[in-house]
Amino acid sequence: MPSNKSVSNAPITQFVNCRILRDHKLQREDLWVREGRILDPEKLFFDEEGYADQRVDCEGLIIAPGFIDVQINGGYGIDFSQATSNVRGGVALVAKKILEHGVTSFLPTLVTSPPNIYHKVLTEVKVHSGGVEGAGVLGCHLEGPFISLEKKGAHPEQYLRSFQLGGMLDLIETYGTLDNVAMVTLAPELPNSEKVVRELTQRGITVSLGHSVANLSQAEEAVQHGASFITHLFNAMLPFHHRDPGIVGLLTSDQVPQDRMVFYGMIADGIHTNSAALRIAHRAHPTGLVLVTDAITAMGLPPGRHTLGQQVIEIQGLHAYVAGTKTLSGSIATMDMCVRHFKQASGCSVEEALEAASLHPAQLLGISHYKGTLDYGADAAPDR
Amino acid sequence: MKLIILNDYGQVGEWAAKYIRNKILNFNPGPDRFFNLGLPTGGTPLGCYKKLIEFYKKGEISFKYVKTFNMDEYVGIPRNHPESYHSFMWNNLFKHIDIKSENTHILDGNAANLVEECDSFEEKIKAAGGIDLFVGGIGPDGHIAFNEPGSSLLSRTRVKTLAQDTILANARFFDGDLSKVPTMALTVGVATVMDAREVMILITGVHKAFALYKAIEEGVNHMWTVSAFQQHPQTVFVCDEDATLELRVKTVKYFRGMMHVHNKLRVTKTSGNLQ
Repeated sequence: MPSNKSVSNAPITQFVNCRILRDHKLQREDLWVREGRILDPEKLFFDEEGYADQRVDCEGLIIAPGFIDVQINGGYGIDFSQATSNVRGGVALVAKKILEHGVTSFLPTLVTSPPNIYHKVLTEVKVHSGGVEGAGVLGCHLEGPFISLEKKGAHPEQYLRSFQLGGMLDLIETYGTLDNVAMVTLAPELPNSEKVVRELTQRGITVSLGHSVANLSQAEEAVQHGASFITHLFNAMLPFHHRDPGIVGLLTSDQVPQDRMVFYGMIADGIHTNSAALRIAHRAHPTGLVLVTDAITAMGLPPGRHTLGQQVIEIQGLHAYVAGTKTLSGSIATMDMCVRHFKQASGCSVEEALEAASLHPAQLLGISHYKGTLDYGADAAPDR
Repeated sequence: MKLIILNDYGQVGEWAAKYIRNKILNFNPGPDRFFNLGLPTGGTPLGCYKKLIEFYKKGEISFKYVKTFNMDEYVGIPRNHPESYHSFMWNNLFKHIDIKSENTHILDGNAANLVEECDSFEEKIKAAGGIDLFVGGIGPDGHIAFNEPGSSLLSRTRVKTLAQDTILANARFFDGDLSKVPTMALTVGVATVMDAREVMILITGVHKAFALYKAIEEGVNHMWTVSAFQQHPQTVFVCDEDATLELRVKTVKYFRGMMHVHNKLRVTKTSGNLQ
């Protein structure tokens, strides 16, 4: 009789012989789960006079909260920015595969695209919880098209847009809908951006600054209007300058409202950011660092040549090049690789490395009361 | 009474844990015959609890047929407050062993009717058949449980206002903020513990030495409530060197001598079941 059934009949699983990440420390504590939630064993004991139905011996392994990837463009041959005949199937395939990397929630990311792509994809990709069948979708990340021409990176120039209709109208016209959208990356120096930043923030959509030539005060203004994230710090923005640090300066800005914090994405694959630069950012603002993969279609594919859309990509080790060249065509890192590399390059603790991929993205998205932690009441995978 | 004098805190914890283990094993509890154990909280019994957990993990003991009755609990702090005695018992003993929740009994400091809660606790002890072994500690003011100086030696489980000394001593668990320390507690009475078939009192540290002196070398006195156990037929006091510092040399030599003889007898008897 596992409990007096005063609260629930559902089976209780107790993970023993493990180290769990709780209160920013790895502790030798058992983890209790019931009905997809982390359970408080003391309450179970005293209130319900209950105990576990089944014990799982973790043999000393670490149990970490599931990783959350807020920037991933596809993988395993799937490209989220393509309006294929089976958009949902593509997202589901990637969702299933990234479980192996420890990712249990993600934001399918769309690069700058023509309106018809957004209209098609955004109606197909819905927010839903994860489980054994795949990581959960927390919403889409729309990286573009309201970005700077000079910092477009690999985004297609012809689909870039500005807020010529005043702001929100441009968004509705381009995207079609803001349902199932969790994050929008934009360049704050574009005229009319403050209205957009404020409106998106009010709707609960995270506004991220990126692919931009904004100076520090433009970036600070955007933060004051509600922006809270920086898309892949250092990449596609003005470099740090000691008289105008640009967007990078947000890491130590004193203009950020008291009750809020700026988070920043880092691709810690050892390729997209020099380790010394990674360390500078980390040391300047350790609690804001969010690990992202920014993985492209080629992630997860075996080494060699692959034709993806209009491009031929060559995978060599951790690098993905435009075939026949040494031009990087995107990241193929997996989240667990990023966590390990981040720890090794920054010298941070295991706890910090794990939190950069779990707690911090959860805090960024405002969902840390039920994701990104192993606190009582937080989401857990459904019992098997 | 027996006074067992050991070298240090660690030895006291181990001795006490072995004593409890052996008592339970000799009793041989079963589904119709539970071993009823009275338990304290605080720094003193921690070492003993750690050892008991070790014995459980090694398979030397099971708490399946053991019932526990705790001595006390604060009034008015939430049950899951890190300093509540419920939290103490869960974190330092219950969560590591195979005891069932329905066999543990801790006074509820948030009960709607505190007097009824105390009376019902006495009933539960009676219904279980009385305590077989009550383990306790001693306060620097000689109190047993929260039976502060002046408590009747015939008292039963009731609500008590804590002495200023006790509140000061507890402040360290509440961020040093006196306003956060509970001022009342529910506690078993002196007579409640005296009703137990056997009593074991643990005393460690130099700050308890004066209380130990008052408890065993002076008379029975309600200002030092532990002294009541001079009139209990089966009590053992277990202490470390430091706690004996206020005793007469003669007393210490006498009890050390007794232990020496006892240990020699055991070795020659090779009874095997104790220590």
